[in-house]
Amino acid sequence: MLESYYPIFLMLGIAVLFSVVMLKASTLFGPKRPTDEKYTTYESGMEPVGQARDRFSVKFYMVGVLFILFDIELVFLFPYAVNFYELGLFGFVVIWIFLAIQLIGFIYEWKKGALEWD
Amino acid sequence: MDLYAFFFYFFAVLTVGSAFVVVFSRNIIYSAFALMFTFFGVAALYVLLYADFVAVTQLLVYVGGILVLIIFGVMLTTKVFSVEMKTGTLNLLPATLFTAIIAGMLIFVFSATDWNVVPDQEWDTTVYGIGALLVNEFILPMQVAGVLLLVAMIGAVMMAARDWTKLKSK
Repeated sequence: MLESYYPIFLMLGIAVLFSVVMLKASTLFGPKRPTDEKYTTYESGMEPVGQARDRFSVKFYMVGVLFILFDIELVFLFPYAVNFYELGLFGFVVIWIFLAIQLIGFIYEWKKGALEWD
Repeated sequence: MDLYAFFFYFFAVLTVGSAFVVVFSRNIIYSAFALMFTFFGVAALYVLLYADFVAVTQLLVYVGGILVLIIFGVMLTTKVFSVEMKTGTLNLLPATLFTAIIAGMLIFVFSATDWNVVPDQEWDTTVYGIGALLVNEFILPMQVAGVLLLVAMIGAVMMAARDWTKLKSK
């Protein structure tokens, strides 16, 4: 049973190994000639406009709440999607009825302006 | 120790260890991020219990959704990094008594139960079966769950829209 998960374990292992080796290698072998410019948060990029340790807008949270519901919808779609060929037209219709119910909610969200940022 | 036991202990230590960080960290951001490893470890334990669909749900909903909400919630607080955590010890005697009683009961149940050990069976992924059942035998429960999600969605929109109009008027 574990055999089918070996690719995941392999990927996790490579991800951890890669990041550790890359960070360690650059601190060990890289030349160190720091200037003030190199120590900025995004070197050659945007100038930071303030501290990251700040309060965030509540809008992020609201978008997060709306996202979770579609996330849960995905939990229902996923087991259907892995074998939709075998389930045929009937399964397709059933899943579309389910999706239509969600679509009502989505249109409501849209028209209510919950997806607008300002 | 076989490979299965190795993976079990690895993820069990990961889960419990990061849960300790969640509880004992003085920095609430570190707690929130340590929670990610706890959720992930639990997902891996589900996999080891042959519950692969639950594991996927755990990853999708908890790691991908709930955790983001928790981190946003943390970032909404006024003082994220210098928050005074009140983790003092209160009611030492009754707490110790209750914990001892509960621990004793748990240990008793654990040792008294006749654990029904089933030999390792041929195993197949459960996701296909769940998908087939959802669109054949359990159509009505799935559609009811869909309606429930719709109700939650409308409720979330009501909350979100109300908050935004309030912010606009200020």
